[in-house]
Amino acid sequence: MSPPFSRGFHRRHQTPAGEEGRVPPGQYVTQDFPVLSAGPTPHTPTEKWTFSIKKGSDTERSWTWDEMSALPHENVTADIHCVTRWSKLGTHWQAVSIDTLLAQVQHDAGFVLAFCDGGYTTNLPLPDVTNGQAWVAFGYDGAPLPPEHGGPARLLVPHLYFWKSAKWVRGLELLDHDEPGFWETYGYNMYGDPWKEQRYAGD
Amino acid sequence: MEGTAVRGRLTWQTATVSQLVDETATVRTIDLQVPDWAGHQAGQHLDIRLTADDGYRAERSYSIASAPGEPVAITVERLEDGEVSPYLTEDLRQGDQLELRGPIGLYFTWEPARDTSPLLLLAGGSGVVPLRAILRYRERTGSTTPARLLYSARSLPDVIYHDELDHYNQDRGVDVIYTLTRQQPPGWTGRTGRVTAAMLTDIAWPASQNPLAFVCGPTSFVEAVANALVGLGYPPGRVKTERFGATGAPGGP
Amino acid sequence: MDALDGNAIGGLLQEVFGADMTAAVGTCAFCGRVGPVAETVVYLRAPGTVVRCRTCSNVLIVVTEVRGRKCVDLRGLAALAAS
Repeated sequence: MSPPFSRGFHRRHQTPAGEEGRVPPGQYVTQDFPVLSAGPTPHTPTEKWTFSIKKGSDTERSWTWDEMSALPHENVTADIHCVTRWSKLGTHWQAVSIDTLLAQVQHDAGFVLAFCDGGYTTNLPLPDVTNGQAWVAFGYDGAPLPPEHGGPARLLVPHLYFWKSAKWVRGLELLDHDEPGFWETYGYNMYGDPWKEQRYAGD
Repeated sequence: MEGTAVRGRLTWQTATVSQLVDETATVRTIDLQVPDWAGHQAGQHLDIRLTADDGYRAERSYSIASAPGEPVAITVERLEDGEVSPYLTEDLRQGDQLELRGPIGLYFTWEPARDTSPLLLLAGGSGVVPLRAILRYRERTGSTTPARLLYSARSLPDVIYHDELDHYNQDRGVDVIYTLTRQQPPGWTGRTGRVTAAMLTDIAWPASQNPLAFVCGPTSFVEAVANALVGLGYPPGRVKTERFGATGAPGGP
Repeated sequence: MDALDGNAIGGLLQEVFGADMTAAVGTCAFCGRVGPVAETVVYLRAPGTVVRCRTCSNVLIVVTEVRGRKCVDLRGLAALAAS
């Protein structure tokens, strides 16, 4: 028996006409930028911020905020897709490519585990954070990334569900195996391709 | 078996809007006719679920504004960027149906037979809703438990249930103290500004009387007030809290 | 975005456990804090509901909805006693 429909109630935003091809299955387009969080918002000052690439407990390479800011960075425009079903088209970021960072490290890792202030983690295969598919983003819409959206910097991996674009990122751990991060531990998909609707483990 | 309420088992039921009452410019009380309502306790809430015709769903929680024994009512504040509250406060009509489940929550409840200590109620904005249910129940049961309400509101027109609260204050032995944080009417001699530890030192029942406090409103209000009461010697277990989030509604706008 | 408290998931937990859990007393597996579920710190707007200890901020409970079924992870609680 279907639930009673609420007369006159509708979601706040509709997919703009002609954009349906940009929207993965089961998603709807929003004009907002919803803030989703699994914990309190960290507030790390840039003077204390570092980004590290680690192998186990060893730090292979680390950058301070100033060092990161001196690296080549780019403007990235991307559609982003949250597993909670909202998609936001044409978002604008200012970011450093992960390719730039990994180029400074010798490794043969197959996987990474991103780690963040507040303890959040998420896992990704190495081929998904290279070849121009992933960034450390510190700007959104021409302004510094606000804390509630992951500032000072977050991961940006738009081809996967946005829980993989870890907020408050502080580094990547290089691994030879795929290690489930926070949401993956609680039943979400290890990979998370929105076009194949890989939301949960087993999808 | 949809709609059948079994005590203890929480199922979605379909309720009908029987009456709408505008409390303030942005706040409306919705009286509901719920066919299998199993009764509720003062302080409890219910969950509302809305379904759009494309299947999109939104769920929110609202405190029950009415006393045990009265028909179920909720009081909803319209939030500027809200998705559900504008619908409930502006679009909903008498006779419309809503899905709800409840009553929910045995922690934040007041029962006069069990709770005989002096009662301290602290409301931030729409946090007054479950506290009004408590005062209404105190009234219905003829309880003479000493009761005091400190209600923080932006301005006098933002005070929900104003006449009813003034009646409890004048005629029913409840101390009702307003503090108006943004705007006061001309000649206002009452309190102004946010609730502070100093204000609570004046107003709260002394800890030695073993009072029971209920604090409800935005998260920042609840944290500040609860911490201040513990600072005045209230054992943490005697300060019950219900946070509505920054936006003032539990679970979001 | 402020966190809420365990009152906000009263309905969700009652759906899962079949009884009110807001007054149930939980023990944090990390710091040992003991208190009612109603007084935990709750983050609702996420791919799941995350319940954290008010003292140490560690995760006590995570509730997700996977293919229409609620999944509850309680590993952050050393104990949970119905009242």
